[in-house]
This record gives sequence, C-alpha cells and structure tokens, in this order.
Amino acid sequence: MTDYNFAYLDEQTKRMIRRAILKGLAIPGYQVPFASREMPMPYGWGTGGVQVSAATLTPDDTLKVIDQGADDTTNAVSIRKFFEVTAGVTTTENTTEASVIQTRHRIPEAELRDDQILVYQVPIPEPLRFLEPRETETRKMHALEEYGLMHVKLYEDISQHGAIATSYAYPVKVEGRYVMDPSPIPKFDNPKLEMSAIQLFGAGREQRIYALPPYTKVESLDFEDYPFEATKADHACDMCGAENSYLDEVIMDDQGSRMFVCSDTDFCAGRQQAGHLGALAAVNAEDAA
Amino acid sequence: MQVQALEGAFANAPIENAVAFRAAMNALARPGQIEKISGAKPPAPLSVAAGSLILMLCDSETPVSLSGPFETAVIRDWIIFHTGAQIVTPDKAVFAIGTWQSLAPLSQFAIGTAQYPDRSATLIVECDELKPQGATLTGPGIKDAAQLSLPETQSFQDNAKLFPLGLDFFFTTGTQVAALPRTTKVDH
Repeated sequence: MTDYNFAYLDEQTKRMIRRAILKGLAIPGYQVPFASREMPMPYGWGTGGVQVSAATLTPDDTLKVIDQGADDTTNAVSIRKFFEVTAGVTTTENTTEASVIQTRHRIPEAELRDDQILVYQVPIPEPLRFLEPRETETRKMHALEEYGLMHVKLYEDISQHGAIATSYAYPVKVEGRYVMDPSPIPKFDNPKLEMSAIQLFGAGREQRIYALPPYTKVESLDFEDYPFEATKADHACDMCGAENSYLDEVIMDDQGSRMFVCSDTDFCAGRQQAGHLGALAAVNAEDAA
Repeated sequence: MQVQALEGAFANAPIENAVAFRAAMNALARPGQIEKISGAKPPAPLSVAAGSLILMLCDSETPVSLSGPFETAVIRDWIIFHTGAQIVTPDKAVFAIGTWQSLAPLSQFAIGTAQYPDRSATLIVECDELKPQGATLTGPGIKDAAQLSLPETQSFQDNAKLFPLGLDFFFTTGTQVAALPRTTKVDH
C-alpha cells in the first residue's frame, strides 16, 4: 500500500493526458497541448516524460529509464525509484525485459518490439522555435505547412560548414505532413524512429504531447545533393568493441587521452558479458583488480 | 434517477483506467487490431467496451453526445453520474456514442481547425461484431496492411482526405475494441 494514487497523478489528470496521447497518435507529429502538472522534480528533469509514463503504466509493466543511453545516471535512477514507489512497477536495466522505456535523448541500440512503448523526455517540442520565437506564428506555420525556414536553416549549415552541421534534435517530417523535433537524440538515432514500438513524446514545461504510431513514415529533412547522414564517432567502442553503436567520448587525463564507449550501457554490458572486448577493456579490468 | 445509473463503475478505478487505456491506445496506434477492454458494467444496450472507454476517457471537460438506441435516460444518467460529462448536441461533442446509422451524418461533428486539429470529435461506434476481415487498412501503425469489418468504406475515405483534420473512431462490441484514426487509408 502506498500513500499515492497509482502512478502518482490523480485520475482526472491522467485522463486528460491519455486523451492528449490518443489525439497525438491520431495526428502523428502534431503537438497536442496539455495541462502539464507540477511534478516533484524540476522542469528539465523529464517532467513531460514522467507524466506520459504515469498515464501509460499499468501494474504489470516493467519500466526501464535511460538518460543519454545510461541506466545509472541520477536522472534515470531517480525516475525509476519514483515509479517503484508510486506505481509499484518492476524496474529493469535490460532493454528486452522492459515494456515501457522512458528515455532522455537516446533510442536504445537493441531493436524495440511491438509490445514495447518508448517515452521521450522533450525539452523544446517545437522544431521551429529557434527560428521563430512566437508560438502564434509557429502554430500558423504548422497549419500552413510552411516549413521553408527549416530548409533555409539547413542550407545555412551547408553554406557555413560545408555539410549539415545539426547533429542532434535533427528535424524530421512525419507522414509527409508535420515537421517534428525528435527530441535531442543524436541524428545517428533518426533512422530508428521508424520502429514497431509506440513512441510517445512529453514536454512538461512546454505543455505538449506528441506521438508516432508504429511503422509511421519518418524522414529526416535533407537536400538531394546533401542527403541525410546518420553519423557517429569514427571509432569502435573501447569497452565492448562494437562498431555500430553510438559512442560517448570520454576524456581520460590532463594529457588529452580519450576513450570511446557505447552510450547505451545495457547494450555495452551485454556485449562484454558475451565475450566481446574492446581495445581498452583489458586495461580497465586490470585497474578494477 | 434509477439505481441502475449509480452502478457499474470500475471497481478499482486507477488500475482499470490504466489497463483500459492501454487497450484503447494499442487499438488506436495499430488500426484494425482488435483489443479486449472491460471493467465497466454499463446499462444496456451500451456494451462493456463502450462503457469502459467512456469511464476511462470522459469527464467534466469532455461533452458527450448520445444517439440512436443509446439516447436513453438511464445511459444519460449513468454517464453524468460516473464521469460528470455534459450531454450535448453532436456539434459540441468531444465524444459521441451511437450506432453507425445513428451517428450519421458525420459532418455534424467537429473535425478540428487547421491550427488545432486535435479539437475534433472521437466517435464510439457500437457494432454487432468486429472481425479482422473486410476493408483493407493501410497507413501509420500498420506494418503492411490490416483488415477490419467496417460498416462502410466511403465515409472513412472522405474522412482521411481531411487530414490533418478529421474524426477518429473507436468500434466496440461486447468486450472488444478496435480503432480507426483519420490517418488510416481504407480500401474495399
């Protein structure tokens, strides 16, 4: 027995969020306004994702929370504990065991199944916000499908840097209609947005919910002569040797030596257990011993 | 008010709401997929599935319209007592409950505005049966193609042309629910 209603929020609030999620799924990529609540954590810590998770969880769910791919950071640990206490759900760090995965800024490396739900924490849901600060205007731009400004921005990237320099929160077009911010995931993850799991996006401070049903067409914006590229550090993981995973660059000492490790901690640990070792794995094992 | 109107709510609202929502979300995210939804015991002829959707989704912020065999005092009282929703005319409804025939014409419902396409009605269509056969469905949420026994096809094709505006549909019978959002393309 807990002192909270199931999953913390009251039923009226969850109903309101659930209606927003359903409209979001019916209009993929469109940002549905919702009456975001104060949560017992600061804005910027995933209040949107937490509210969407709270409205989505059932007692039978197994919840996984990742922050930039990692299960063991403060944000991920505290949200996992929050739902252990308020919803009594089982939690896990294993991607394949989870039925609901709340994520900050990554899509897990393991391919998600159709019985899984991915909930994104979104800081700024409006892809046009840094180009046009007025909500009244961006709302009109979405209504009129007026997305020229976004292409100008990508073009300016090319004229200044010789390539599209946007490397995260890379804008996508959903089902040929709405331009959507996929949250600040690295553009390496963009191709994975077309998946068999339901994807829900919650922005708490900005009071928006949006969604992608499974198998929804999601195209990263680009130009014919400058096609979209899902980039990552040109390196293999130094711990597990993976060559196809998204990597974090870690500075090791004052001399500037560095190592690259998978940002998805569950993926990396799983590979190491299976016997895959990277260039620095032996060194690391010695240090531990 | 009859006693019947006071009974039949979820026994454990937070849990049953959550389970019912997952069924409704799975149905809407995967058009054509038939899900089980239960918990409510609404007055006849309202199905368990439709009753559960109403309890899970409706409250004082969502005007509801009733039509056909569902426009009865008992059902009206049941919805008002358990959800606090207002019963209104179709043009003001956020949720509408009826048979396919009684809901016509669809043009009487709100389809949203260009800036707020979410301000559109969701129709709960009571059916005699739901089967994964009949009309062919394609679009978001559907891997290749899905099939669902729809009452007709033309209205859904017209509705899809309104995208991003349009109506969204739940189909209910017994304890089963399926859904058809405005994005789904329907063929014979």
